[in-house]
Amino acid sequence: MSAVADNPNTLLGGADLTEATTEARPYLSIEGLWKAFGDFIALKDISLDIQEGEFVCFLGPSGCGKTTLLRAIAGLDLQTKGTTTQAGKDISSLPPSSRDFGIVFQSYALFPNLTIKKNIAFGLENTGRSKSEVEARVSELLELVGLTDQGSKYPAQLSGGQQQRIALARAIATSPGLLLLDEPLSALDARVRVRLRHEIKELQRKLGVTTVMVTHDQEEALSMADRIVVMNHGVIEQVGYPTEVYRDPATLFVADFIGEMNQIPAISGLSGQVQIGAADMICRPHDFGEGTSVVAAIRPEDVIPHGDGIRTTGADDVIITPENAFEVTVDEMEFLGSFWRCCLGSERFSNSELIADFSINAVRRLELAENKKLTIELPKDRLMVFAPGVG
Amino acid sequence: MKTKAKLIASTIAGLMAATIAQADTELTVYTAVEAEDLARYAETFNAHHPDIKINWVRDSTGVVTAKLLAERDNPQADVVWGLAATSLLLLKSEGMLEAYAPAGVEMLDPKFVDKGETPTWVGMDAWVASVCYNTVEAEKAGLTPPTSWKDLTDPMYKGHVIMPNPNSSGTGFLDVSSWLQMFGEDGGWEYMDALHENIARYTHSGSKPCKLAASGEIPIGVSFAFRGAKSKADGAPLEIIVPSEGVGWDMEATAIVAGTDDLEAAQKLVDFTVTKEAMEMYNTGYAVVAMPGVAKPVEHFPEGLLEAMIANDFEFAANNRASILKEWQSRYDGKSEPKG
Amino acid sequence: MAEISSTLPDGPTIKGRLSQDDIIMRFGMVMIAVYLVATMVLPMWTMLSKSFSTYHFDLAGYELQVSDDDGAFDGTILTPAALNTELGVVEPDDLTAGSDSRMGLTQFFPDFSFRSPVMYRVRNTSDTGRFLVGSELKTGTDWLELDSNTFRRVQMRPVKSTGLGNFVNYFSTPALFNSIKNSLFIAVISTVITVSLAFWFAYGLNRSCMRYKGFFRLVAMAPILVPSLLPGIALVYLFGNQGMLKELLFGASIYGPIGIVIGSVFFTFPHAFIIISTALAISDARLYEAAVSLRSTPWRTFWTVTIPGARYGLISAAFVVFNLVITDFGLPKVIGGQFNVLAVDIYKQVIGQQNFEMGAVVSVVLVVPAILAFAIDRMVQSKQVALLSARSVPYQPAPNRKTDNIFLVYSIAVATFILGILVICQYAALIKFWPYDLSFSLRNYEFDRMDGGGWGSYFNSIQLAFLTAIIGTCVIFFGAYLVEKSNGFKTGRALFQMFAMLPMAIPGMVLGLAYIFFFNNPDNPLNFVYGTMAILVICTVTHFYTVSHLTAVTALKQMDREFESVAASLKQPTLKLFRRVTVPVCMPAILDISIYLFVNAMTTVSAVVFLYSPTTTLASIAVLNMDDAGDIAPAAAMGMMIFYTNAGARIIHLILTRKLLGRTQAWRAR
Repeated sequence: MSAVADNPNTLLGGADLTEATTEARPYLSIEGLWKAFGDFIALKDISLDIQEGEFVCFLGPSGCGKTTLLRAIAGLDLQTKGTTTQAGKDISSLPPSSRDFGIVFQSYALFPNLTIKKNIAFGLENTGRSKSEVEARVSELLELVGLTDQGSKYPAQLSGGQQQRIALARAIATSPGLLLLDEPLSALDARVRVRLRHEIKELQRKLGVTTVMVTHDQEEALSMADRIVVMNHGVIEQVGYPTEVYRDPATLFVADFIGEMNQIPAISGLSGQVQIGAADMICRPHDFGEGTSVVAAIRPEDVIPHGDGIRTTGADDVIITPENAFEVTVDEMEFLGSFWRCCLGSERFSNSELIADFSINAVRRLELAENKKLTIELPKDRLMVFAPGVG
Repeated sequence: MKTKAKLIASTIAGLMAATIAQADTELTVYTAVEAEDLARYAETFNAHHPDIKINWVRDSTGVVTAKLLAERDNPQADVVWGLAATSLLLLKSEGMLEAYAPAGVEMLDPKFVDKGETPTWVGMDAWVASVCYNTVEAEKAGLTPPTSWKDLTDPMYKGHVIMPNPNSSGTGFLDVSSWLQMFGEDGGWEYMDALHENIARYTHSGSKPCKLAASGEIPIGVSFAFRGAKSKADGAPLEIIVPSEGVGWDMEATAIVAGTDDLEAAQKLVDFTVTKEAMEMYNTGYAVVAMPGVAKPVEHFPEGLLEAMIANDFEFAANNRASILKEWQSRYDGKSEPKG
Repeated sequence: MAEISSTLPDGPTIKGRLSQDDIIMRFGMVMIAVYLVATMVLPMWTMLSKSFSTYHFDLAGYELQVSDDDGAFDGTILTPAALNTELGVVEPDDLTAGSDSRMGLTQFFPDFSFRSPVMYRVRNTSDTGRFLVGSELKTGTDWLELDSNTFRRVQMRPVKSTGLGNFVNYFSTPALFNSIKNSLFIAVISTVITVSLAFWFAYGLNRSCMRYKGFFRLVAMAPILVPSLLPGIALVYLFGNQGMLKELLFGASIYGPIGIVIGSVFFTFPHAFIIISTALAISDARLYEAAVSLRSTPWRTFWTVTIPGARYGLISAAFVVFNLVITDFGLPKVIGGQFNVLAVDIYKQVIGQQNFEMGAVVSVVLVVPAILAFAIDRMVQSKQVALLSARSVPYQPAPNRKTDNIFLVYSIAVATFILGILVICQYAALIKFWPYDLSFSLRNYEFDRMDGGGWGSYFNSIQLAFLTAIIGTCVIFFGAYLVEKSNGFKTGRALFQMFAMLPMAIPGMVLGLAYIFFFNNPDNPLNFVYGTMAILVICTVTHFYTVSHLTAVTALKQMDREFESVAASLKQPTLKLFRRVTVPVCMPAILDISIYLFVNAMTTVSAVVFLYSPTTTLASIAVLNMDDAGDIAPAAAMGMMIFYTNAGARIIHLILTRKLLGRTQAWRAR
């Protein structure tokens, strides 16, 4: 699996991944799950296995059903049909209090009138632990989340990030087998969010607790998850490793939702061929058959610039033309710090614009500027073909 | 937490205590006797029967009557002590009273005892209609004292007369019933039509017109003699007028409510109500009591009152009460304001 | 990707197993719902059915025989019904009756003479039939032989039936029908005056920089602490025939609409003030800045910004006041004179004549405008909430000497009116014998010499207030918690919400009357509470349920929705969460509910007037009864006792709130 090599998370998540690929009995298994609210069907036939110790993200736009799925797993909003099994036990109809999970909500839901210590201790009471044991556990958790000296404060006296960590500490206090995170970072500002991503991921690795996180932020999902479940309109569009869903999106929706993606209306040829405007291109294998309306797609960073060097060497009758190469005009350029975003136009594209991200080096080397012409290549293993989506 | 639990516990206990029925030796006694006399009555009774506690339910005659009638299927009262005979006749006609001849009933004036084989009620005293006339306020308004009922229809008194509403007040009803008996049915209504022109308003209770006259709120209050005498004793500038045509009256009487939980205690109470001692007790306010030869003159009582009492037909009053009140209501009640 | 059908597959739906918490919560909710059904829905239903219960004379229910002059009967059996068809002496309308109507039989015999030797036999045709001979009640179907002089004294008694007769009777009695007009008239006038007065008062307090705002706010709330009939008593002393300011009325009588309106303005003022003040407080300052920058005149700004911004508050206040006035009975009872209104009609029908059926009819008539006003108010309120949630900047008034002074003078005038009423009552209570002996005395505090239950009533009222506050707060807050925070059970919760809103639409008199019908029925297993303190507590809690419930719901809505989920995930009982978190966090609201219930239990008259018993007389009822008996000064004295008690309770509540906030709400401080 070549994806693994490119996985930015390999260092952190590699071990889990290998484990995930072995055929162990899944820790959490969802089968044929449906959820209806009156006439509206929020979840359609969801089936999913999650391995022990895995960090899974439910990713999708708002209203896609990801939170509904999470709440069904927790038993907070029971599914209409389907079964959920946790650690080999059918929990489909159990109330939340009979299940084994800890949860962190977007609002953190910290008890405002209890001190931080008492918040964390809330779930430890009446569990047969002595007072000193509870205290010891609370201190341990406070240390774990790095807030040792804040124990006697009230939630309102802490910053958002600190509150988030307290909510996490409270959720894992009883060492649940499953940790559910419902958009835990979305109420925080960007900088804190990035820092907390790493902290949560690290904590999860340290504890080895199976974790499901709901998020609408693809970056969050890509950077934290071992596997991502992409959802839309109540169905799972794709389940895969972060690199997988990025590199090999299963549907146009996934392709569009995760990262940037150029979408060009096209007609399919034989497998591995597609016709964009007047040009025949070689693309990834597909099974649409000839003459179907499809969408050709390529990520901006996958477009390779060749300058105009290819054409001039063509004076020796040997024209080196890479596959899928053609000439375009730079209509607009936008400097985005680490790269340039270029808007490229070409007649062969039947007037649709193509977005390409070129490195600063490449722009300097090719002396690119607006209205300049250049040849680009759409690498055939990066050019994908999808059935047209609804949007 | 503990104190809270205690609080809840005590609250519940309090509620329970409130719902548990009263002890055996308590009697619920319905009465229309003036509030200030009740304590005295109970005290005198308890001197003989300290084991029987009286729980008074006091209201205007009309209200007590109506309350008893309304509770006919589920009576709450054990004894009625001090309610108009007209009302007791009504209750009798509903079969609500327990016939009982109290010890010593033969000592009473037969007029004051129910005519049934075994009497269902026995009288205590008579209360007599009178007009309370505030001399100070009347003089300010330039009025001359009326001497008869007919005088009260003089336009001079327009807006200066208050009388009780017969629907709720026994005094009001005995006035109306006496006018109908004295002036005949048509004459009676004609009289009331004329009187209505002068009435400032009708009150809920029978003593209020006299109290209002006593406080100068109105110069003339149609009420009863006993009340007037009391207010006069309190220092009000009142004159108690006995209209020359004669005055309506009713007797206060006592009866046992059928189905009482404690018949024995109820009978003890009724026995007491016809003793000489009880009669002397009534005499503090009422010039006429059921036992002949007991009554002593009452302070501030108007002269000639006994002679003015009409020959009252109680059966007429009782059996026509509903239709009289209906007629009265349709004629006078709810007129937005007395004209003028 | 496999094609996915978008319809649910067949097969069983997952039925969640209930946790212990769910069971407890549902059980609790069902209990409180049962409470509401038993204390409100069923009584109201009983009352409605009572309004259709009528009486009529059943002429076919009797049989008669008449002898010849020698006293011999030939066996011919007559019925009054047959005789009436023949003679037509009684119109069908005359057969409608009240429960204690009577009708003689002699009218069916045109040549009847009580001196004739003719003998009569009479009997009922069924066991339920009743007739009187004089005052003796005769039932059963045995023949009774009477001479003509006794036959004269035979009276038929009406029998029960069902129908619209009461309503027909009601609407054909001009006096009663007139009350509808009167009620609407005073309600509308009072509403217009109160809302205008309260608006400018609230405007001054919110939009000017005048001084002593705290004091005025306090004074404006004072009328809530006294029974609605107290201003009536003060008006007697002010404008009665012996009134101190009698001349101000230029000969008009205070007993009637004038008195009712002035008194209504007094007792509804705080209600209107709170609502309008809230509406003005949330108005957006940015709109005013915009108006200034557009060079709009203050007058124009007032009409284009202020009024539209406060319109929901104004409408809501208007309906609340309208509802209060039209359902109040204490005030018109005291000062209304011969000006009859619906609420007093109920009282007169029920207390005066114990004509419960007619009372029920008037109740039904009164419920209509009350429910209408209530419904409109709810609609407007929901819009007001939407307005509230918009992000707005609070308006900060700028000092303006001239307008500030105008508002100060205006506020002083309003405060004088309110305080004046209270001072007069206190003064009257201390005078020995108004107006002839103006020396001071405590004679009027010797309540035991008067009607109304004496000092015992006062202590009963305090007991009622405490019980209502404690039990009511527990039941209402817990009920609101259950309905707000439990899972599933949707229909049940919606139904519960509806039940909780109903009491507000039901006038107190109507509720009280419904309680008589429901609880004073010997067949009702709950009959044992009749005549006890318990029924007064139940009735008062139910009567004031809605506002308390809404207060609780508002507080609970501000709590994070996920607390319960967190507690469940931590395997902690919901009730522990309730105790440790919900109750402490909502403590201010809980205290507000309890003081609201306490104060109202002290002052309420309308519902409990039908329900008190000799052992449970109440101070507020004592005020009414003493006034009824003409003991006006003691009535004022008792009214002021209620005022001081409530003021004291308020102060204790304030101190308690401060303390509790200091202790349990430390978390609010950053």
